[in-house]
Amino acid sequence: MNWKLYSLLKSPWVFHLSTGSCNNCDIEILDFLTPRYDAERFGIQLVGSPRHADILLVTGAMNRKAAPLAKKIYNQMAKPCLVIAFGACGCTQGIFEGSYAVAGTVDSEIPVDLYIPGCPPRPEAIIAGIARLISSIKEKKE
Amino acid sequence: MKEILGKMKHKLGVKVLDIRTHSPARIYVELDPADIRIFASFMKEEGVRFSTATGIDTGDAFEILYHFSDDGSGKIISLRVRISGRENPCIDTISDIIKAAEWIEREIWEMLGINFKGHPDLRRLLLPDDWPEKVYPMRKDYVLPEHERVIVENDETTKQDTRNKEQDTNNHQ
Amino acid sequence: MTKIIPVGPYHPLQEEPEFFQLHVDGENVTDIDITIGYNHRGIEKLSEARTFDQSAFLVERVCGICSTSHPFAFVQAVEDIGKIEVPERALYIRSIVGELERIHSHLLWLGLAGHFLGYNTIWMWAWKCRETVIDILELISGNRQNYAMFKVGGVRRDIDDNDIPHYLKLLDEVVPALNLFRGAVTDDPVIRARLVGVGVLSREEAVSYAAVGPTARASGIAIDVRKDEPYAAYDRIEWEIIVTENGDVYDKVILRVLEMLESVKIARQCLENLPGGEIDANVKEIPPGEGIGRHEAPRGEVLHYVLSDGSNMPVRHKIRAPSFQNVPTNKVAAVGETISDAAIVLAAVDPCYCCTERIAVIDTGGDRRAACGDELIRLSQEKTRRIARRMGREIK
Repeated sequence: MNWKLYSLLKSPWVFHLSTGSCNNCDIEILDFLTPRYDAERFGIQLVGSPRHADILLVTGAMNRKAAPLAKKIYNQMAKPCLVIAFGACGCTQGIFEGSYAVAGTVDSEIPVDLYIPGCPPRPEAIIAGIARLISSIKEKKE
Repeated sequence: MKEILGKMKHKLGVKVLDIRTHSPARIYVELDPADIRIFASFMKEEGVRFSTATGIDTGDAFEILYHFSDDGSGKIISLRVRISGRENPCIDTISDIIKAAEWIEREIWEMLGINFKGHPDLRRLLLPDDWPEKVYPMRKDYVLPEHERVIVENDETTKQDTRNKEQDTNNHQ
Repeated sequence: MTKIIPVGPYHPLQEEPEFFQLHVDGENVTDIDITIGYNHRGIEKLSEARTFDQSAFLVERVCGICSTSHPFAFVQAVEDIGKIEVPERALYIRSIVGELERIHSHLLWLGLAGHFLGYNTIWMWAWKCRETVIDILELISGNRQNYAMFKVGGVRRDIDDNDIPHYLKLLDEVVPALNLFRGAVTDDPVIRARLVGVGVLSREEAVSYAAVGPTARASGIAIDVRKDEPYAAYDRIEWEIIVTENGDVYDKVILRVLEMLESVKIARQCLENLPGGEIDANVKEIPPGEGIGRHEAPRGEVLHYVLSDGSNMPVRHKIRAPSFQNVPTNKVAAVGETISDAAIVLAAVDPCYCCTERIAVIDTGGDRRAACGDELIRLSQEKTRRIARRMGREIK
């Protein structure tokens, strides 16, 4: 197995990117770090730079101004890396479909590995989603 | 509030075209676009807080409503100006009198294409830099360009769905 | 020589992308340029293609933290058009949800402010306490965020009278934590040293920028829509506006902590005195006309203007969020401060920030140097440690 992928499965570091979301998803992402959900006990950690990250967590309906930045940030990440589209807007544009300010879905800009739907998804859903993604990669590799 | 309206009538009575009281707390005053700076100065002197401005596309003309909040009495006075002509609508800026109007004038400029004469910094606020010139999304005749409506490429069904939905959206407008 | 530090668009100060360019001379900020629009979703245009009932859901997603504030102002604007009378019980439920939201929003802000200063303990405590508030909201509305409680003419969900003692008990659990925060902020010399006199927004500047909400109240301007133009149940209960005079970051923190205690008081009174009866006026038609609705959101006055032509959709729907007025005040508040204080000053108007960031230091001389990581937060936290050490305390 690829060395980076191997270490990623042990302790995925997450970079969070908001591309025109309403903040709810972003709060829930922060929430899953705080005492009640405490994601760090699984080795999941939010990091400040895409260069350090294994997982790109994208929220929001891909705003026109943010879309080129999202691509840029994806390109900055060390590969292999995983991309998660988070929330209803991240998966399908949700309620903002058809707006002049929205460029496309997350997966029309960057390749997505996992979708977590919900408006907003609960913190448990993030943990469950990441756990499932990791286990599916493990299965594939073995 | 009564007092302010009274003062306004006394001082600027000739310039007030119409006063409509929707409810005790919601008053709409109509005036000539050329007088907006006089009224803005008057409101500032009276210590009425500028809340925001709304730009409306009425089809053949534009309206701007300047909402002022009189916090002591909890009433909102909206100054309404009608700007005729779709080609090159224009009004004087009030952002040098009321600093808080700077951003909202930028927004109305980029969304409706109303030019604010004398605005110090008329740049785009919300739209991306590569947004086409002379295209104003908040105008009623704005239609999402055909190529923008397709969200997922190479998928006939989605393409069709999206387009139908878009047309629905535009019909409603 | 003036250098420009670009902060953002994805940066430490908020979850929403916003782009600040700090013009610095040495350590001092000399000017600031703000670029927004990375979060623009065209909601005003979308709303023109939605019915009045659908728009209530749409405006809920203007801002997730204010997900009751926007529907609150919107339904009041539509009710203003038709002069619709809302049942008493619905008014009380609206106030309860509005105040619970204020508590959770201020706690969220307090936690992150602590994080920037290097007090991660406050961050974790505040967010732990916030979960209790979220629990009450979830019990009432069925969702942790986006409560979908509001509709034109009333509310969508009733509060079960049998559950009220349980909600009151949960509210009681919040109060000791809030008092703890009050003590933690007022008694701590290091926090005082970091925040007193920092990022001052004078009364005159606040007036000229038409600042609203806690940003204005911390500068001594006693405005609050809940008192100025009472709506919902706010004129039926006892509460006070909190006003502080100095306009610095310290006053903004204290003000928010005290406001939360006041909100607990309001929510408690509303729950205890919840009247019986209907929760919905069953509005069938909206007449042509125009209406303005306001609500005091956690960040300040939200204003919605709705123009109706008698159909089931608004012709024009204008949304004015409080941050639209408050963010430009950074132009005066942050100028003259040092870079390490800029983090907390830019955050003090509460533009809901988080920990995503990427900053680059660009020398205008042409030499380009990119600094990845929590540069601003690190500077800020280092300053806290320095001050703590001078005071003979140690902060990990």
